[in-house]
Order: sequence, then structure tokens, then C-alpha cells
Amino acid sequence: MTPSLHLWLLPLLPLAGFVINGIVGRRLPKAFVSTVALLFPAAAFAQVLWIVAQVHQGVALPYLESFATPWIAVSGFHANFSFLLDQLTLVMLLVVTGVGLLIHIYSVGYMAAEDGYWRFFSYMNLFLFFMLTLVLSANFLLMFVGWEGVGLVSYLLIGFYYSKDSAANAGKKAFIVNRIGDFGFLLAMFLIIAHFGTLSFRQVFADISAHPELHGGFLTAIALLLLLGATGKSAQIPLYVWLPDAMEGPTPVSALIHAATMVTAGVYMLARAHVLFGRSPLALTIIAVIGAATAFFAATIGILQTDIKRVLAYSTISQLGYMFLACGVTAYSMGIFHLVTHAFFKALLFLAAGSVIHALGGEQDMRNMGGLRKKLPVTFWTMTAAVLAISGLFPFAGFFSKDAILAASFAAPNGKALWAVGLVTAGLTSFYMFRLWYMTFFRTARYDEATTGHGGHGSHGVHEGPWSMLVPLIILGVLSLCGGWIGWPAALGGNDWIAHFLDPIFAGATNVLPAAAPTAAAVQLARILAGVSMAVALFGWWLADLMYRRKPQLADDAAQNAKALYTLIWNKYWVDQIYGAVIVGPVLAFSRNVLGRGIETGIIDGANTAMTVTASGASSVIRRMQSGNIRSYAGWLAAGAAAVLVVVLYLAHSF
Amino acid sequence: MTVPIVWYLILSAALFCIGVCGFLIKRNIITIFMSIELMLNAVNLSFVTFANHWHQVSGQIFVFFVMVVAAAEAAVGLAIIIALFRSRNTLNVDRIDLMKL
Repeated sequence: MTPSLHLWLLPLLPLAGFVINGIVGRRLPKAFVSTVALLFPAAAFAQVLWIVAQVHQGVALPYLESFATPWIAVSGFHANFSFLLDQLTLVMLLVVTGVGLLIHIYSVGYMAAEDGYWRFFSYMNLFLFFMLTLVLSANFLLMFVGWEGVGLVSYLLIGFYYSKDSAANAGKKAFIVNRIGDFGFLLAMFLIIAHFGTLSFRQVFADISAHPELHGGFLTAIALLLLLGATGKSAQIPLYVWLPDAMEGPTPVSALIHAATMVTAGVYMLARAHVLFGRSPLALTIIAVIGAATAFFAATIGILQTDIKRVLAYSTISQLGYMFLACGVTAYSMGIFHLVTHAFFKALLFLAAGSVIHALGGEQDMRNMGGLRKKLPVTFWTMTAAVLAISGLFPFAGFFSKDAILAASFAAPNGKALWAVGLVTAGLTSFYMFRLWYMTFFRTARYDEATTGHGGHGSHGVHEGPWSMLVPLIILGVLSLCGGWIGWPAALGGNDWIAHFLDPIFAGATNVLPAAAPTAAAVQLARILAGVSMAVALFGWWLADLMYRRKPQLADDAAQNAKALYTLIWNKYWVDQIYGAVIVGPVLAFSRNVLGRGIETGIIDGANTAMTVTASGASSVIRRMQSGNIRSYAGWLAAGAAAVLVVVLYLAHSF
Repeated sequence: MTVPIVWYLILSAALFCIGVCGFLIKRNIITIFMSIELMLNAVNLSFVTFANHWHQVSGQIFVFFVMVVAAAEAAVGLAIIIALFRSRNTLNVDRIDLMKL
């Protein structure tokens, strides 16, 4: 008998925060709102730590907790309201509550001067509720509930500044693009119900494992539909377009939802359903190709962006591509590992960028920054840690996870091309991150010191934010440095703890996990690959240093020399315009002309108009009968009596 | 010698038609009222006729009912007409078409 872990409490804690702040937060003082908003995520994080301790003391995983049995029961189909805890969930719980709590703390400082403070925090808590539901769920249906919920909160928070047109539109775009993915997820669930009669992870995967002959066919269909859902949520080609626009939301939202947690839900789902994907080599190949293509594609766009948050948005898309690549080559634990390290350093990058934006009073254009190294020392040093981490430089977190993914794709059958793309992307990543670093913190200041300064308290110069903003930065900075050590590969003298930790889930699903005792040749290869990735990253750094610090005119020259390429990338490959012309335009035209003018105005409104015209026409005739003239009434009476007489005398016989 | 029933009925119908015509044509409300009384009495006549013809007393009883109701109606109706005359100073129904006082 294992002790209860009370998993039900975990999502309810942030939900309580949401309810309190959402209902009465408007009338409460800010201090109370932030206390509530921090207390409940902190409690959730504490519970996760307690669960970790319990697991450490021997609670058997996977651990299942069911509440409503059945939750839904329809003619032979059952779905339980149940939570599942295993190693994968545990990693996700730590990331979601841990990073989530840090970002909540940061937000207290960042959002201090904003209207709708209570609204912001109630949404943030609601997000944690849905995200925890998503990662804890033990079946596809409950996962879908969380999946939709985080999409809803994402919409609400992207459009947080709802009076701004661009923010409202970005929210709608994110919601609609995600809807396409959700449609795939729904269809996949229908197919799973049709073939397995259940949505429980355990039963579906056991069923697949019990039938080794199942291969491809409908499993490929399910896998591809799930993949469509994942590309929507995790912003991969072809559904990535919403994420850059999502940067309209407040910066902590970008950090939490659009970098660290929600967008990784797609990767989590791929890892969760790995048994299913393992039976469909086609789907896996497509995942790997999509991942590599997205990583490269987004990285190239990131090179030329000038909005600091958009650089990070494209970088997020690119890093998510790495995770997809890892899942595609069945290196799921590497994908999850990268998810974790990415959560650390990308959250940090966004928070540091937020700190810069905060200090400059809302300025997001990197062309108007520069020279902030001395003014914002804490931001500068933590940002440096994050930049080194994302660029994959030893011994920062990103090095281990990215290198593990690259090594896994190199080892995968036919994976050399994927590896090459990943490697080039690593170079690009390093280049654009250092570009951001140089443009923001080095060179001469390009902002006006006198007029810049944040919000309410006038122009007393550019300075760091309050402690509530700096502490999360420092913690995440340390994690960006050390977070990767949990996956120190055996080939480099570590013990690759995370891979072993996740082994119970992914063992048997992966064909690239290194053997317990790697051969000398494998160690050699791993070291060479690590060396190559380091060299590429350093080259990117060197190039950025050359173009954005030592010889700034080089960047302009390069733009002049490759005009066509520059224009192409500057316009983000015109993807938004192409989608606009091919999909949005025709849909809008169809809606306006056929649905709007034809059906709405013509048939629905037309039917109403016809009815009113008929009624008013008929009544204008009938109204004349009621003249008030007694003798006309008498006449009608007599005529009526005569008519009755006629009917009775002559017509009654004929019936 | 008995008068055939048809004669009574023709007389009754004639009286009724005169009543209807008066009711439709006349403008004076008192005359209209009298026309109504005429129609009622035409009906009374046919009741009596049928009662006599079928040798049943119920027709006669109906007549008494009609006469009682007509008396009550005359009392109420005349009271209304007087009230109307006091407020409008006219008995012409064509000028009383406002559907309110």
C-alpha cells in the first residue's frame, strides 16, 4: 500500500488562486493580490518537492490516482478522471511549478505599474492549473482539457493589453492557428476511440505493445494527427506563425507560456505517446524533418529581427524544433532534457529582456538599445549565462542537451543530414543570440537617457528593476549554468542522470540510447561531435562579435551584397503574406460574400424581414376594420351572420 | 281555420330584417336601440310560433327569458346612452368613434 500523493490537490492550488484573484482581486490591494498569486503556486511547488521526496523514499512509479470513475461513460466507452505520475510527469511538474513560481515572483515587480494587476495574476494562476492538468492527466481526454485550457489562457494573456489592436489580433491569431492543431488532436482521439475503445494512456499503449503486428496504417494516421496538434501548440512548421505575434503579451507571459511551458506541451505529448509513434516510422521521419526544418528556418529569421522579444520568439521556435528533432529520432529523453534546459535559459532570456524593456520604459527595438552592460549589471550577467547556454557553450546547460540531440540524430539511421542541419542551426543560434547580446549591452547607447525611464517615476535614468525581478533572474542564471549537468554525458565523464531517470518510460522505445558501458569508439565519436558543435557555436560568436561590435558596417555591407536573400529573410519568407493570400484571404472572402452576404443577410435576415413585412402589411389591412364606427361594426356583424347563414343553408350539405 | 306557420315565420323574418336595416342605417342611437328591440321581438314571435306548432311550452319560456333580458338591457343601455349624451352632447353614433370617453 503506497501512501497517497494527493495529486488532486496540485492543480487545485493555483485554481484557488485564480478564483480568489479573479472574483475579488479587483477590490483588493495589490499586496494582497500578489500574496495570493504567489502563495498558491508556491504551495504547488512545495507539494511537487514533497512528491519528489516521497518518490525518493520509494513510492512506486507510475502512480495512478482516479477520482471520478467513470468520469464519462457513453455506450461502452469510459473515460476516467485520473492523474498519472511517472518520471516524465515528475520532470514536467518540476519545470512547470518551479519556473512558473519564479516567473510569478518576477511578475510582481514587472507588472507593478500596470492596470489589471489582479487580472494578470488570476490568468497566470489559471494557466498553472491547466498546465498541471495537462501534464498530470492519465488519458488523452483530460490532457485535451488541459491542452485547450492553456490555449485559452494563452489567448487571454496575449490579448492582455486588449485595447491595443495588434495585441487583440495576435490573441485571435494564436487561438485560431491553435484550433487547426486541436482539430488534428480531436480527430486523433476519435481514431483512438474507434480502434482501442478507450483513451487511457495505459490501456492504449498496453494494447499497442500487446500487438507487435500493428504497424503503420491507422497508427500512422493517429500519429500524424497528433503531430498536427503538436505542431500547433509547439509552434512548428506549418503552424508556427502565431508564436512571434504572441510577443504582444506582457514579457513574463512570453517567458512562462510562450517559451518555458505551454509551447513545450507538444513535445511532452509526443514523448507521452512515444509507444504509438514508435510503430510509425513514417510519422517519426516527418517529426524529425519538421523539427530540423523548423529549427533552421526559424533561426534564419531570427538573425534579422530587431525586436528583442521577436528574436527570442524565433529562437524559441527554433529550439522547439530541436526537441521535435530529438523525438523524431526517438531520443525522447534528450528531447525532454532539452525541454528542461530550454525552460531555464529561455525563461531567463525573456525575463532578462523584460528587465531591459522595463528599464527602457517599454522600448523593444534593439536598434535603440546598446551600452546597457554597466547600467544593468545583474541583467547583463544573467543574460550572458543564458546566451552562453542557448548557444551551446560548455559547460552551460544548452551545451549538454543540444549536443545530446545532435549526437542522437547523428547516430540515427539516415540522420546525417538532420545532424548537419542541426549543426548549422546551432551556429546560427549562437550568431543571433550574440548579435542580440552585443546590440543590447555593448556599443554606444542609442536611447535618449533623459526621456527614457520606466513608467510612473519620471526620468531618473536607466536602472535595474526591484529585487522581485532580480532574484528570479539570478536563480535562473544559476540554473542555466548548472541545469545541464543532470545530463552530463557518459562520454564526457558524467553519468547522464536524466536519461537514466527517464529510462523506465522510454526504454525500448528508443534506438539511440547509448549502451551502459560505451565503447571507446563511441566515446571518441561523442567527443568529436561535441567538439564540432562547440566549434560551430564559437564561430557564430566570433562572427557576431565581428559584425556587431568590431566592424558594425560589415553587417550593412553584407545586407547590401546579398540583397535578395536579405529581403527574403527580412520579410520572414513572406510566410504570413502567403498564408494570408492562400488561406486567410479566400476564407475571409467566402465568409464575407457567401456566408455573410448570402446566408446571413440573404436567408437569415431575409426571412426575418419577409415575416415582418408580411405581418405589418396584413395588419395595415386588418386595422381598417377597427374604425371605431359602430355602424361599420354592425355591418360586419350582419355580413358575418349572413355568411354563416349561407354556409349553413347551402354549403353545409356539400361537406 | 288555422293560419299556416309559414305566415308567422315570414312576418317574423320581415320584422327581423326591418330591425337589421334600421340597425345598419339609422344614426340616432335611440333608434338603433329600438331596432335591436324589434329584432328581439321578431325572434320572440318565431319562438311562440314554434311552441304553438310543436305544442311544447319551452318556446314560451324562452320568450319570457328574452323579455326579461331585454328589459334589463334597456335599463342598462338607456343609462349608458344618457351618460354618453351628457359627455358628448350628441346621439349620432358616427360621431362617437373614438373608442374612449
